[in-house]
Amino acid sequence: MMRLPAFDYVAAKTVEEALRALADAGPDGMLVAGGTDLYPNMKRRQFEPKTLVGLRAIKELRGVSGSAREGVTIGACTTLTAVASHPGVARDYPALATAAGVVSSPQLRNMGTLGGNVCVDTRCNYYNQTYEWRKAIGFCMKKDGDICLVAPGSDRCWAVSSSDTAPVLWSLGARLRLHGPGGERTIPVAALFHDDGIAYLAKRPDEIVTEILLPPADGWRSVYLKLRRRGSFDFPILGVAVALRLEGDVVREARVVLGAVASVPREAPKAAEALVGRRLTTETIEAAAEAAAGPARPLDNTDLTHPYRKKVARVFVARALARLAGLDHGPSMEVA
Amino acid sequence: MSKETFRVVGQPLPKIDAWGKVTGETRYADDLVLPRLAHGKLLRSAHAHARIVSIDTARARALPGVLAVITGHDLPRVKFGILPVSQDEEALCTEKVRMVGDAVAAVAAVDEETAEAASRLIDVHYEPLPALMSIHESLAHPEVRIHEYGDGPNVHKNVALQFGDVDKAFAESHLVREDVFYFEGNTHLPMEQHAAVAHWMADGKLTLWSSTQTPHYVHRLLAKILDVPGAHIRVIAAPVGGGFGGKLDPFAHEIAACKLSQLTGRPVKITCTREEVFYIHRGRHPVLMWLKTGFTKDGDITGSHIRTWLDGGAYGSYGVASTFYTGVINPVTYKMPVYKFEGARVFTNKPPCGPKRGHGTPQPRFALECQLDKAAEQLGLDPADLRKRILVEPFTKTANHLTVTTIGLGECIDKVVEASGWRDKRARYAEAARDTGAKPLWQPRTRKGIGIAGSAYMTGAGTAIYWNNMPHSGVVIRADRSGAVAVLCGATDIGQGSDSILAYLPAEVLGIEPKDVHVHPADTSLTPVDLGSYSSRVTLMCGMAAIQAATRLREVMTRAVGRKLNVTPDRIVFRERKVGVLEDWDKAVPFPQAVELAEAMHGVLAFPGSYAPPKRAGKYKGGGVGPSPCYSYSACVVELTVDEDTGWITLGEIWIAHDIGRALNPLLVEGQIEGSVYMGIGEALMEGQVFRKGLHKSPSMLEYKSPTTLETPEIHTYLVETDDPEGPFGAKEAGQGPLLPVIPAIANAIYHAVGVRLDQVPITPDMVLRGLELKRQGKPARIGPDKLPLFRFKDPIVVESAFGQVAEAIAVRPFAEPATFS
Repeated sequence: MMRLPAFDYVAAKTVEEALRALADAGPDGMLVAGGTDLYPNMKRRQFEPKTLVGLRAIKELRGVSGSAREGVTIGACTTLTAVASHPGVARDYPALATAAGVVSSPQLRNMGTLGGNVCVDTRCNYYNQTYEWRKAIGFCMKKDGDICLVAPGSDRCWAVSSSDTAPVLWSLGARLRLHGPGGERTIPVAALFHDDGIAYLAKRPDEIVTEILLPPADGWRSVYLKLRRRGSFDFPILGVAVALRLEGDVVREARVVLGAVASVPREAPKAAEALVGRRLTTETIEAAAEAAAGPARPLDNTDLTHPYRKKVARVFVARALARLAGLDHGPSMEVA
Repeated sequence: MSKETFRVVGQPLPKIDAWGKVTGETRYADDLVLPRLAHGKLLRSAHAHARIVSIDTARARALPGVLAVITGHDLPRVKFGILPVSQDEEALCTEKVRMVGDAVAAVAAVDEETAEAASRLIDVHYEPLPALMSIHESLAHPEVRIHEYGDGPNVHKNVALQFGDVDKAFAESHLVREDVFYFEGNTHLPMEQHAAVAHWMADGKLTLWSSTQTPHYVHRLLAKILDVPGAHIRVIAAPVGGGFGGKLDPFAHEIAACKLSQLTGRPVKITCTREEVFYIHRGRHPVLMWLKTGFTKDGDITGSHIRTWLDGGAYGSYGVASTFYTGVINPVTYKMPVYKFEGARVFTNKPPCGPKRGHGTPQPRFALECQLDKAAEQLGLDPADLRKRILVEPFTKTANHLTVTTIGLGECIDKVVEASGWRDKRARYAEAARDTGAKPLWQPRTRKGIGIAGSAYMTGAGTAIYWNNMPHSGVVIRADRSGAVAVLCGATDIGQGSDSILAYLPAEVLGIEPKDVHVHPADTSLTPVDLGSYSSRVTLMCGMAAIQAATRLREVMTRAVGRKLNVTPDRIVFRERKVGVLEDWDKAVPFPQAVELAEAMHGVLAFPGSYAPPKRAGKYKGGGVGPSPCYSYSACVVELTVDEDTGWITLGEIWIAHDIGRALNPLLVEGQIEGSVYMGIGEALMEGQVFRKGLHKSPSMLEYKSPTTLETPEIHTYLVETDDPEGPFGAKEAGQGPLLPVIPAIANAIYHAVGVRLDQVPITPDMVLRGLELKRQGKPARIGPDKLPLFRFKDPIVVESAFGQVAEAIAVRPFAEPATFS
C-alpha cells in the first residue's frame, strides 16, 4: 500500500465551521471523522481529496442523551466503543450496542464513529485493492474505470453495503439529523441510501450527518447477528438486524433488515408481514426466515461464496428471531 | 558436567531478545537510517505473462528528486536461483514477465513518495502471452512455455523413486486404498515486510543489511549476480520479524538496492509493501496428490505409493527440493516396507512457491493421515491404536534409506490420547451423531468430533544447497577479561530463538549466566558461516558448534585454573560464574579471573566450533533430500464442533505432544509449538493464495484470512524427551514439525463430527454444507478433487528397500572432536 497522499486538513470546531470549510473545498473536499476507513482508502487512491474537513474536534457531535421512553440522541462522532459500552444503549437498543461492538477491532472502534460507520463506503474485492492492483486488472467503474468487474454486463456498480450499524438503525426506525448550507433536516435512516455501489448515499455532498435519533424503545426488542470469517477485524459479509414490538407474546410491529447482501441495507417487508399479528412459533419463524432471505442477492465480491451467504441468510434470520423469542438455541457461530 | 546437573538447559528462560522486541528497541532492516539515505521502489509487472517489448525510463529520470533508474540491462545479464539446478530468475526482468509482481525496473529517489511517483512514469510496452494459472492449465498447454528449461513443457521437475515392489505388496494386501487430495497454496504472512538497505561505499565495498533468513546464500549469490568479488561484499542479517521460509532466496529488492547504491553513491533502502510480499511469496505449494496404500487386516501397511503434482508458480526457487519433500518424509513415521514416489513440479504464472514451515511435507502428511483415518474405519480399528501399531522402530532405516534414530511418536500419541479423553469422546460423539431427528430451523444442530494425526519432521537438512565438504554451522567463541563471552555465529534469528540458544549452550558449558554471553549473529564479515534458518537446522547445528567451541574454551580454562589451584583438570567444575573444585569451592576462581589465567597461559581466547551432519545420503540420485541427523515427531488431537445448518467449524481444544529430544528451553519450545498449531489452523480452515483473472485475489492482511487470537483455541502442549544422540544435549527441532499433524487432525475431527470427508484444504463452511447435502442425498459425502492430470512420470529409479535395516546409534560426523557430553 502506498503512503497517504498530501492533503489539507481543517480541524473544524463547530458544525458551521465544518460546513463552511466543506463549501470552500468544493468537490475536492471530504469529511473525515475517525478516519479508520477513509485513510486506508486514500492510501489505495480510492479517494483523492485535496481537503479533509475533520469533525473530531466538534464537541457537540459527541455523546449520548435521552431515554428509552422519549428516545435517544447519539452524536454522529461518538466513537463505536462509546456506543457499544453505553449502558442505556446496551439495555434499550441492544442490537445497536452489539453492532457497534463488532465493527472491526477494538483499536479501530476507539477511533471510528457511529456516523462514520453508517456512511462507510461500499466494498467490493475488485475495488478495495491498491492502485497498482486495480490498474493491473483494469480499473472498475467505482474508481478510475468504466465497467463493473463483478457483473461485466451491468451498467451499475454492485459494491456491497458493509456497515454493521446501518441495518440496525434502519430496523430500529432511527432518523438522522443532517446539517447543510440551507439549514438542518431529519430523515429516516432508510432514506439515507441509494441502491448503487457508487452513489450509495442519498444525502447531499454538502450535508453533514450530525445526530442519530433513536425512537422510544418501549416494547421493542432488537438483535443483530453478523457473519464474518473471524471474530474480529472483518467487515460483515451478512448482517441480520431484527427489531420487534411485542404485546404479550404477539408481534405488533416488525422490521427485518439485512446487511452486506446488496449495495444498501436490504429491508425484508415480507418477513415483517409474516411476523405481525402472530406469536413467535417455529412456524412463524420459518416463514419469516424464508421471506427474509428472498431479497438477499449477494454477489461474488466479498469473502466466502455468494451461494453460501444466501443459504445462511435464512438460518441467521431464524436464529435472530429465536433469540428475540427467548428460545434457547445453545452455542453457535454467528457473532452477536 | 552431565545431563543430570543442567543449570541453564531445561529452564523456562525468556528469550535474550525478548525485552528489545516487546519494547520496540529492536532495529529491523526498515528501522535503519543512514546519512544521505535514498529510497528505492520497484516497478512490478501488471501482466501475468508477457513479453517485454521495450522499457522507457526517460520520464522517470526527468522527475525532480530522482537519483537513478535502472532496468535489468543495467545489471550483469546473468540468471540466478537459490538452487544450482534452477538458475531461472532475473532481479529485473529483461525479456519476459512471468507473473503479476515480477520486477522490471527500479528507482532511487530522495524519498519514498518520489520514488513511487517515478516508478509510475516508467513506460513498459508489453506483448501479453496466455497466462497459465493452474497445474491442469500448464500441462494442457505445452505450446505456451513459461520457461525453456525443465523436464518437459512447463514441467520444472519430474522425479520417480521406487524402493521395492509396491504392486506386489498391493496384490497381497487385505485392503488397498486409493485417495486423491488437494492442498491449496498459502503464504507465510510474516509481520515484518521484507526490507533491505544497501551501502556501496566509497572504498568500493558493499554492505547489505537485509531481513533475510540466509545471509550466507545471499552473499554467495550477490557476488554472482552483481559480478563483484564476494570478498568485497558484506551481508548482515538484520533481526527478522518473522520468516517462516519466505526470506530464504535472494530477492529483487535486495539486488536493486545494491545497484542503485552503487550508481547514486548513497545508501539505498527498499522496503516492500504488504502487497509485494504476497508476490515475493515462495510459500506453500498447492499440491494435488494421489495416494495408494495397502494394509493387512490388522492395519499393518504393506506398501505405499504417492504421486504428487506441485503448482510451482513462475520460478524454480527451492522447488526441486520441495518436490522431493512431498515424497520422502512420509516413511519415517509408520512402517512402510516398500515405497514408491512420483512427483512433478509444474510452472504456472503465479508467484513462485518455495519453502514454508514444513517445506513440502504438510501436504503429503495431510494425505497420509486422512487416508489412515479412512483405513482405520474400514478395518474397524481405532485411529490412535492403528498408528501406534505401525510405528517405525528406533535406530532403523526406512524403505527410502533414511535413518531414524530416536522416535517418540508412540509416547506422543499416548499423551494426547490420554489428556484429551480420546476413547470416551470418540464413542460419545459417535453415539450423539446418530440422533438425526427433525428439529426447527432456528435451533442449531451442532455435532462434536475428535480427530487425531501424527507426523514427523527433519532436524536439519543433511546436505547443503551447494555441494561441499565444509561445516554447515560454525561458531567462534571469545572470552573477555571482564568475564563476558562473545559468541559469533552466522545463524539468523527469525524469532525462533537461535540467538538465545547461542547464549544458553555456552553458558551451560561454562557455568555462567546467559546474560554474560554476547551473541553476534549473521554478519558475513565477522561470523563463521551458518547456512541459514531453514529445515529446522539451527538449534541442532549451531548448537553443536557452540558446544564444541565452548568446550574448547573450557578445556584451556580448566588447565589454567587447575595449574593455579594445583589440582588435576578432571576435578575442575564450572558453575555459578566460578571455576574450581567442588570439595574446595571456597577457593574457586571467579570466572573473569579464570579467563585472565587462561589468557595469560594460552594467549587470546578465541575458539572455533564446527558442525556438519553425518553423511547418510542414500546412494541413489535424489538420496540427498530427506536425510537429517534426527527426526522430530508430533501427535495432535483436535476437538471441534460443526454447526450443520451453517457448516461452521468451531475449534474446541487442541492437544499436541512433541518429541523434542530435549527441551533446551521448554518455554521457547512451547512457543514454537503453539505458533505451529496456530499456523496449521490457518492452513486447515482459512488461508489460500487464490487467483482470479491472473491476479492474487486478496493481497492484504485484511482480506487474506488468517486466524486471530479469537480463532485460536486452548492449546495443551506436552513435551516428550527422547534424548537423541545426534542433538545438542539430546535436542531435536520444534519450529516446524508441530504444524504438520494439526491440519489432518482437523479434517479427521470434522469427519468424526458430521461424517463428511474433506480431502482438500482450506476447509470452508461452504464445503462442509455441500458435503452434508451430498450425505443427505445418499451420495458419497466427500469434498475434494476428482480429476488428475494426464501425465507421464519418469521411469522410476529402482532401489532396494532399506526398510528395517539397523542403523548405527551415532554416525560418524565430520569435525566432531572433542566428543560431546554424555
